[in-house]
Amino acid sequence: MRAALEAARPRVVLIEGPPEADALVPLAADEGMRPPVALLAHAVDEPGRSAFWPLAEFSPEWAAIHWALDHGVPARFIDLPAAHTLAWEKEKEETSGDSDDTGDSDDTGGSDGTGEGDAEGDQDGGAPHAGVRIDPLRALAGAAGYDDPERWWEDVVEHRGVGDGDPFAPFAALEEAMGALRETYGDGGHERDAVREAYMRLQVRAAGREVGDDGVAVVCGAWHVPALRRRASVAADRALLKGLPKVKADLTWVPWTHRRLARASGYGAGIDSPGWYAHLFGAPDRPVERWMTKVAGLLREEDRLVSSAHVIEAVRLAEALAVLRGRPLPGLGETTDAVRAVMCDGSDVPLALVRDRLVVGDVLGEVPASAPAVPLQRDLDRQQRRLRFKPEAREREVELDLRKETDAERSRLLHRLGLLGVAWGERTVSRGSTGTFRETWRLRWEPELSVRVAEAGVWGTTVLAAATARAEADALAAPDLAEVTGLAERCLLAGLSDALPAVMRVLADRAALDTDVGHLAQALPALVRSLRYGDVRGTDTAALAEVAAGLAERVFVGLPPACAGLDADAAEEMRRHVDAVHGAVGLLDDSPAPHPTDLRGRWRGVLRVLSGRDSVPGGIRGRAVRLLLDGGDVDAGEAARLMGLALSVGTPPADAAAWIEGFVGGGAGGGMLLVHDERLLALVDGWLTGVPVEAFTDVLPLLRRTFSAYEPGVRRTLGELVRRGPGERAGVTGTGAGIAGFAAEPDTARAAAVLPVVRLLLGTDPEGKEAERQRDGLAGVGR
Amino acid sequence: MSVTADNTSAAPGGTHSAPADAAGTGEPLRPHAEDAFADELTALAAHDDRPRPPRWKLSPWAVATYLLGGTLPDGTVITPKYVGPRRIVEVAVTTLATDRALLLLGVPGTAKTWVSEHLAAAVSGDSTLLVQGTAGTPEEAIRYGWNYAQLLANGPSRTALVPSPVMRAMAEGMTARVEELTRIPADVQDTLITILSEKTLPIPELGQEVQAVRGFNLIATANDRDRGVNELSSALRRRFNTVVLPLPASVEAEVDIVARRVDQIGRSLDLPAAPDGIDEIRRVVTVFRELRDGITADGRTKVKSPSGTLSTAEAISVVTGGLALAAHFGDGVLRPGDVAAGILGAVVRDPAADRVVWQEYLEAVVREREGWTDFYRACRDVSG
Repeated sequence: MRAALEAARPRVVLIEGPPEADALVPLAADEGMRPPVALLAHAVDEPGRSAFWPLAEFSPEWAAIHWALDHGVPARFIDLPAAHTLAWEKEKEETSGDSDDTGDSDDTGGSDGTGEGDAEGDQDGGAPHAGVRIDPLRALAGAAGYDDPERWWEDVVEHRGVGDGDPFAPFAALEEAMGALRETYGDGGHERDAVREAYMRLQVRAAGREVGDDGVAVVCGAWHVPALRRRASVAADRALLKGLPKVKADLTWVPWTHRRLARASGYGAGIDSPGWYAHLFGAPDRPVERWMTKVAGLLREEDRLVSSAHVIEAVRLAEALAVLRGRPLPGLGETTDAVRAVMCDGSDVPLALVRDRLVVGDVLGEVPASAPAVPLQRDLDRQQRRLRFKPEAREREVELDLRKETDAERSRLLHRLGLLGVAWGERTVSRGSTGTFRETWRLRWEPELSVRVAEAGVWGTTVLAAATARAEADALAAPDLAEVTGLAERCLLAGLSDALPAVMRVLADRAALDTDVGHLAQALPALVRSLRYGDVRGTDTAALAEVAAGLAERVFVGLPPACAGLDADAAEEMRRHVDAVHGAVGLLDDSPAPHPTDLRGRWRGVLRVLSGRDSVPGGIRGRAVRLLLDGGDVDAGEAARLMGLALSVGTPPADAAAWIEGFVGGGAGGGMLLVHDERLLALVDGWLTGVPVEAFTDVLPLLRRTFSAYEPGVRRTLGELVRRGPGERAGVTGTGAGIAGFAAEPDTARAAAVLPVVRLLLGTDPEGKEAERQRDGLAGVGR
Repeated sequence: MSVTADNTSAAPGGTHSAPADAAGTGEPLRPHAEDAFADELTALAAHDDRPRPPRWKLSPWAVATYLLGGTLPDGTVITPKYVGPRRIVEVAVTTLATDRALLLLGVPGTAKTWVSEHLAAAVSGDSTLLVQGTAGTPEEAIRYGWNYAQLLANGPSRTALVPSPVMRAMAEGMTARVEELTRIPADVQDTLITILSEKTLPIPELGQEVQAVRGFNLIATANDRDRGVNELSSALRRRFNTVVLPLPASVEAEVDIVARRVDQIGRSLDLPAAPDGIDEIRRVVTVFRELRDGITADGRTKVKSPSGTLSTAEAISVVTGGLALAAHFGDGVLRPGDVAAGILGAVVRDPAADRVVWQEYLEAVVREREGWTDFYRACRDVSG
């Protein structure tokens, strides 16, 4: 490209791009400007509507701009103004609802040019948009028998430009090819190109009048060359341009990354391997050798054994492959095959690393501070004005009532900014109220937050879009499951319903691959919490419910094997997991799941398995029995049988003590159970007296831990019961008469007197059932 | 040497000499590649005007064409020997043209041996210079052995020496093959290091050496997901370019392979043909692929992978077993219950970890899949 410009020495350089950016061209020479960068055009009153023209170091446009700046030649953009392209977008969205296409940023991989008399041109027709339009390069490559358009491009253009006498030769060849293509395909589905080309023709003509026809160089997509050459009347061109819709547009430079240049990232204008092209562009000589050395360096950093011999062999293999395939020089395909066979032992795993770090690359562009403000800042300003929510340097505290529309939006804004790393507000504990509808924030706008906003501009043009993109990226990068669940919760708080599916997918994937049931069990409660919280906010949580149900299933399957062979600490932790899952399952079953499944029933099955398996530590078994007993799935008799089993002579005392802790430990309720079910107490009592002397000191701490957690009243009652001794237990014939402070029979009249209050406390339907059970329980106590 | 001394007495030299010529005693059960496809090789050689590396019968391009198939200018049709990515064959052939040896990796049933045989046949015109790797392969199989009668009678000399296939390939500039390299004990494997890096095989007993002639190279095959193998030392690994032969790329391709093989095996076992078996085959292949890849066919759910290989070969044996079950104890129609037990056996190799994997898969994927209810129940029944 530079060679061609040097040879032609044009007096003005015209580049395919939005003309509004003319003022921004000098910035390209700024010290602080480092490609890859992109020209960003956005509608002033609607920052979400935007288009990008990405430029990398090796882009012909970039080379042309630099050449022009270095030689003091004016550089101008001649594509249709962004004002029109953005308006087009709008129209299209309104008519078809298709909002995917980011404008006319297609022709960026290279450029091409044509002047009226003495012309040069180079380049690359645009990459296709979303597959609907035909891809001219693909068609050409197909005709030449290549399966990959970039490979064809590499062979025809990149590999032959160097050292050839005539710098125009590749351009001329391309132009011819494109001309033939356009004859065959017409406009190939690029229905807007006619308009853009008309505009470009007008601009070229205007420039030609200014400096003379032989002083014009045009850098544009090769696709447009034949059209620009065609002689069309000024009037016809003007007619095409008449009545174009228009919006007020604003342009700026934004930093870009190689990753986003890559086509895989969803921008239609991308190329597959920016890192490779940057390498070809940057390497002074022996590109393949240098590339292999780079790859070796990367693999060594990752602790793979790669010697210089590997590099030598890889280069030889790549060259031999190129010969076999009849190509002038090894391309990316040959080098990749060689790296795989020689350095990666044929495995694709390290190769993926090479692809990610080198072929695509991590390069992040920079723009000077003097570039105009990013649209994200504008969007933020707009929202702050709308919500009457001024940024102030002074610290202040605000309380938000989420039931109010404005406050809810403010809360969402703060949460979104938090996700973007713009820490304007800090969440503090609400005073007085614990309701979920109230949030308290401490706000303070530090000056550096503006810098943060500018940095966050990479993620999107509006706060919503940027936060969504950021959340998705964070989910992919999150190291463990709990973090992803946390992220899901934050997404709900921030109202990012678009990011939720992506986060959920990551969550489901992580959950599927995580072999540690502990992680799964930890993640489940948070997920269920967000599920219920989402209900409060009216967010669609169907996806969430599905993932939560899936997670629960995995926990169910994995829990019994995971409980085997644990030491005391691990058992204690697992017991807490069992409790947490139990709580979560109870909440989960209430929520509407897409596939109605009897989660609670299955969980009961798991508990039953746990309670009956000998390899499971005593603490967990005891807890499982207790949970079953509380849920009414095991009656007291069965519980007593299981307890007897666990406390029988064959069981090691420490294990039995752990069982007791699991069964009656955990504070509330446990002690009462012993107080009221004499059979259980007698079992404990009988077991304790049977513990051999040498084991007694071992079990004592465990028992103490269990019983010291009880309330003093319960402890005293227990003590009294034990002091009275086992003799009193003989009252099986009666109905439990003889317990101090209790009559022989429950006084139902007096018990009934409290029922209205109990009902009031618990609320009537649908909790009526609950109250009913509670009452039964109370009545049972009186027995 | 002490290890191998025992082995030699049990397996006298000469065992590893050239395979007996089957000609004259009737039709061989399975002819060598170079005999079976002699016409194609001759036709290719006649049209091959590209440069050939020393002692190659064909140019690299022609070798690739021989394996991948094609049509020659005179209309001779070259049948494809290997159906798979072109890239793989190209890398393999190119490797043989450099001085690095070629290691073909892959799970059972990915045609490693087949590819290696045809490569040797096309490159050197001889695919019989073969060392079969087993746990008992001695060093003599790779270096040389002795004819003990000669040795005792005349003392050490070249006439008393029994060359291994590798040694002969070195001397004649041919392609040697080592099958199942990872089954060979590690110390015997390392014999190859000198051969591959120095390209020479010293014979200290005679104070001589055999130097490899240009054109010599070595193709090894190994199983990369097999238990109880001897990992290659890094020194040896460095001498190989590795090519991994992939499993069939799509469900359809794999179903096709399984159905065809099952049909062949079924006929040889005199099993009655199952009329509606294809659905069940598809199901088995889907289950295998999903567990192997760790992701469901629709790409929406990830699943854990069990420790077993779950190769195409295993899918074939599961279906064959199911067919036998259906024919002898069922109504002759392949039903979910017939294959469920086989799948369970193939998937659950490690009783603890794999069982969890399998049950998760059942509950998370199979249970909710439409039309798979029977299969789900059958699997639940056998899983217990």
